[in-house]
Amino acid sequence: MADNNFKVEIITPDRIFYSGDASMVEFNTTEGEIGVYKNHVPTTVVLAPGVVTIHEEGENKKAAVHSGFAEILNEKVTLLAEIAEWPDEIDVERAKAAEARANERISRKDADVDLKRAELALRRSLVRQSLIG
Amino acid sequence: MASMRDIKRRRTSISSTQQITKAMKLVSTVKLQKAKSHAESTTPYFNYMYNTVCSMLLKTKNIHHPYLEKREEGKKAVIVISSNRGLAGGYNSNIVKLIRDDERFTPENSVMYCIGHKAMEGLTHRGYVVGCDESDVMEAPTYEDAARVCGMLLEAYAAGEISEIHLAYTHFKNTVVHVPTMLQLLPVDITAEEQEETASDNVLMNFEPNAEEAINMIIPKYVTSLLYGALIEAVASENGARMQAMDSATSNAEEMIDKLTLSYNRARQGSITQELTEIIAGAEAIS
Repeated sequence: MADNNFKVEIITPDRIFYSGDASMVEFNTTEGEIGVYKNHVPTTVVLAPGVVTIHEEGENKKAAVHSGFAEILNEKVTLLAEIAEWPDEIDVERAKAAEARANERISRKDADVDLKRAELALRRSLVRQSLIG
Repeated sequence: MASMRDIKRRRTSISSTQQITKAMKLVSTVKLQKAKSHAESTTPYFNYMYNTVCSMLLKTKNIHHPYLEKREEGKKAVIVISSNRGLAGGYNSNIVKLIRDDERFTPENSVMYCIGHKAMEGLTHRGYVVGCDESDVMEAPTYEDAARVCGMLLEAYAAGEISEIHLAYTHFKNTVVHVPTMLQLLPVDITAEEQEETASDNVLMNFEPNAEEAINMIIPKYVTSLLYGALIEAVASENGARMQAMDSATSNAEEMIDKLTLSYNRARQGSITQELTEIIAGAEAIS
């Protein structure tokens, strides 16, 4: 199996979030969810809010990643994310409150509400909850 | 020779100035530690972003996109990052000098987006047009602040009001070396050496969704992250510069106090000698 490992890095503006070797990494892009193995064709994809699953030897690691992009090369995958969180860093209460708030904003349909922003907030809160739940 | 009282007054005033500079040095040392570790943790993202975008653009030849093409009309925008407070040695004036010495930017053809009061004052004084003032950001820069400023600039860029976006900030090399740096953000400018470096691996990059949309999404993030990195480095540089300035101010004050103490003692001795001579002369006159 060792031959099938490649380097995975997740970097956020404030820290190197994750760096290690994995056999597969799954994440959500604007085009849908994808899984990447070693020797993938060089591709640049735009990330959508979602759960990243890193398949390490023996265990899977999960994290929430919101917006950013990923550079996939033969031997390496780099995720440049604006926000990334491990499950234990997520505040469930806050995520629930954010979901309720976003839902309320969307359903009100006021002219002054930025619908796109509210939808994004809703998606983020759902991703956070799905990671824990 | 100045009188004893004058010297004494001068010495007290200098020693109270010294107390202030000493305290400021301590404060900026603490702030520097914090800013430095913050800067160190942001640098990887900053560098990766720069390298990734460069390699990405090199691997994708023949893409036409407004973010990548040179334009003639419109003004040149410069984001100027300085500090809100002075007493930081040459920190702020170096940034102003960097812009003034750059022949590309004249007061007529460029517009300044200032983050930090000090450079703004310096630039308005020299006739540059200030497009907007975001100085409050400098107190505690966050990624959201950077995103907001970038959003504003990119809108102006898309509307054709500005043709280029440059970034002037102070690069934090280490605690004592800070280099004023000018960086071109848009259109994305790839230097020749990087072209050579990556020319060897001629892998063609795929984009998902298509290249144009991907660049549309990625370039704003690139600009934002560079700005954020610059803000964080500027904060570290500011505190480093202030620490150095205050350190030398404190030691200069020490030197002056030493000199004044010497002349004070001399004056004191002089006055005692004079008094003695007067008394003796008086006594002799009586006897």
